[in-house]
Amino acid sequence: MTQLTFARAINAGLRKSLENDSKVVLLGEDIGTLGGVFRVTDGLQKDFGKHRVVDTPLAESAIVGTAVGLAYRGYRPVVEIQFDGFIYPAFDQIVSQVAKLHYRTRGAVRMPITIRVPFGGGIGSPEHHSESPEAYFTHTSGLRVVTVANPQDAYTVIQQAIACDDPVLYFEPKRRYHDKGEVDESVDPRSALPMDKARVLTDGRDVTLVAYGPLVKTALDAASAAADEGISIEVIDLRSLAPVDYEPVVASVRKTGRLVVTHEAAQSGGLGAEVAASITERCFYHLEAAPVRVTGFDIPYPYSKLEMHHLPGLDRILDGVDRALGRPNSLSGLEG
Amino acid sequence: MSTDETGPGGAQTPDIAGNPGGTGPDLLQLIAPSGERISHPEFDFWVRDITDDQLCSLFEDMTVIRRIDVEATALQRQGELALWPPLLGQEAAQIGSGRALRADDFVFSSYRENGVAYCRGVDLTDLLRVWRGNASGGWDPYGINMATPQIIIGAQTLHATGYAMGIQNDGADAVAVTYFGDGATSEGDVNEAMVFAASFQAPVVFFCTNNHWAISEPVRLQSHIQLADRACGFGIPNLRVDGNDVLAVMAATRLALDRARRGGGPTFIEAVSYRMGPHTTADDPTRYRDANELEDWAAKDPISRLAGLLDRKGILTAELQQQVKDKADAVASEMRRGCTTMPEPRPMDIFKHVYSTPNSWLERQQDHYARYLATFGDPDGAVSKEGAR
Ligand SMILES: Cc1ncc(C[n+]2csc(CCOP(=O)(O)OP(=O)(O)O)c2C)c(N)n1
Repeated sequence: MTQLTFARAINAGLRKSLENDSKVVLLGEDIGTLGGVFRVTDGLQKDFGKHRVVDTPLAESAIVGTAVGLAYRGYRPVVEIQFDGFIYPAFDQIVSQVAKLHYRTRGAVRMPITIRVPFGGGIGSPEHHSESPEAYFTHTSGLRVVTVANPQDAYTVIQQAIACDDPVLYFEPKRRYHDKGEVDESVDPRSALPMDKARVLTDGRDVTLVAYGPLVKTALDAASAAADEGISIEVIDLRSLAPVDYEPVVASVRKTGRLVVTHEAAQSGGLGAEVAASITERCFYHLEAAPVRVTGFDIPYPYSKLEMHHLPGLDRILDGVDRALGRPNSLSGLEG
Repeated sequence: MSTDETGPGGAQTPDIAGNPGGTGPDLLQLIAPSGERISHPEFDFWVRDITDDQLCSLFEDMTVIRRIDVEATALQRQGELALWPPLLGQEAAQIGSGRALRADDFVFSSYRENGVAYCRGVDLTDLLRVWRGNASGGWDPYGINMATPQIIIGAQTLHATGYAMGIQNDGADAVAVTYFGDGATSEGDVNEAMVFAASFQAPVVFFCTNNHWAISEPVRLQSHIQLADRACGFGIPNLRVDGNDVLAVMAATRLALDRARRGGGPTFIEAVSYRMGPHTTADDPTRYRDANELEDWAAKDPISRLAGLLDRKGILTAELQQQVKDKADAVASEMRRGCTTMPEPRPMDIFKHVYSTPNSWLERQQDHYARYLATFGDPDGAVSKEGAR
């Protein structure tokens, strides 16, 4: 076991994949000499060469579009999108090509493309650097969308994503890049928990709290704060956003009767709505209260001085928990 | 993938049309790095009206924006700004072009053209709002005829072309001018902007500052030919100027503006310059850039070059230098004051301006958040910074 930051853990996972499969190639802006603006690819070009770790011209549509061609040719491209807000120039290639080629060719063509996206806020950046665009992609069939919440997962899931024959959007919680955790580099990604499975992180009886990516840590903090008040929260790290692994959530809600979902992305049309609806369908008679969403607001990501108001924090999550439990909360006394 | 170890954009680029980052013979220059005035049969015409006083004022502008840049960098280091994109080394490109524009022309720039914003008359506090993290936009675009600076690489070139199509439809003789970097020329948007501009012969000037680097990526990664030559393929006339030569930049910009005003359509200008500082205050250029390269370019410094010319003309007096320094200091301290006394935004401001008219959908969220803040006893939200945890 070693202590690694998220960034180093992903780096180690990329390194393993480059070592194990000569068809793995990395593409992106500044990923070579600089090692990426977050240094996630640090040292990889030096060790694997410029034909395997490719600094590309500044063109996101071209980066993803050429990855499609490489995949046709049997490669496993791993693309870095420098920041969440810069994925949109590549949107057409992702949703119209990457997502659909397997279907359109009746399975003849595989698109084992991994698209790494540093996402989410909380780092005091200017506009376009703090977005949570995951719902655009979870809405597109044919894509797998995953995110990681601890360095061990960061390390194994990146390898699973690269090994997967489907296209995977791998969302990296950028405000956690420097957080450290234990990583066992000897773990075989093939026997580790598959990337499309959710994980129950705490055992709780009162409320099920679903989170993913950067908010998993916040959710755990909220759970331990709640425990001090005698409220027992079961925290579930969703991990896979498409497809969602509902079984552990269903089992948990059947036990607790209450669901809170939290994410940084805007509320409307977000993943929280999807989870709330699906759980309502599956657990209607077990629910003691309407599912609660604690999310970013339906606003463009705000300027950095006020971003903490947009991002769900521990107190906002606890307020949501109170709502689910029918305890006094900020909306007490309001109808609808 | 290529088996060539240098890979795409590596050092061994074929010599098709010269080095895209180099300073070939076709580079328009009116002031030599020594400060000597080089006469040019065609381009002297475009700066024939520039008096000694005006040269001094260009010198002042360049000194002031360098001072602004240094001050903003210091403010960032002191924690007053979240980030700053330095323009050090690009003063001539920004002032030479910015001072060529008419008030009714409209600028669509990237994040680095703070010197152009200065020429447009931006309020210095407004210049910093975005970088302090206090606002999404620093100024009213219609107030200074300059759009909010663009972070999405190249997107603004399309906006400029569209604006120019509007000018054309209106039968006006204003021009849209768009600024972008060498890296931006690789983006689809920039190429599509050139297609539209050429198709419709729109009155737009594409001003590309080739500062040799797109963060860590050298210009040769973006192009194997000179950037100016790219325009030819779109049917857009090009000009390649020494971007550290304020007169050459001004002459080229004036020519392009004149062509656009008279219905001659778009022009592409490549101003060959160099980013002397980091990409932004968050960047560390020592990881990817050779110190010798920096030294070479320091010798071509745009401000010392103009100072050299003034000196040769005998007008670089101690008095002028003092006066310019005083002005730069005054502007910098005004900017600093504006920055440090800028009112803090209030929590509920995040809900403003999402739509032009209120709607119940968002109002409900807003109302709920106000109630939430009120549980902390302060309706204006002196909540802890817990959100970022
Ligand atoms: C669409 C998009 N992709 C990536 C980025 C990240 N990024 C910001 S600046 C930059 C380099 C731009 O280089 P260039 O166009 O040469 O302009 P310069 O910064 O040198 O002025 C990159 C890659 C971005 N802002 N937008």
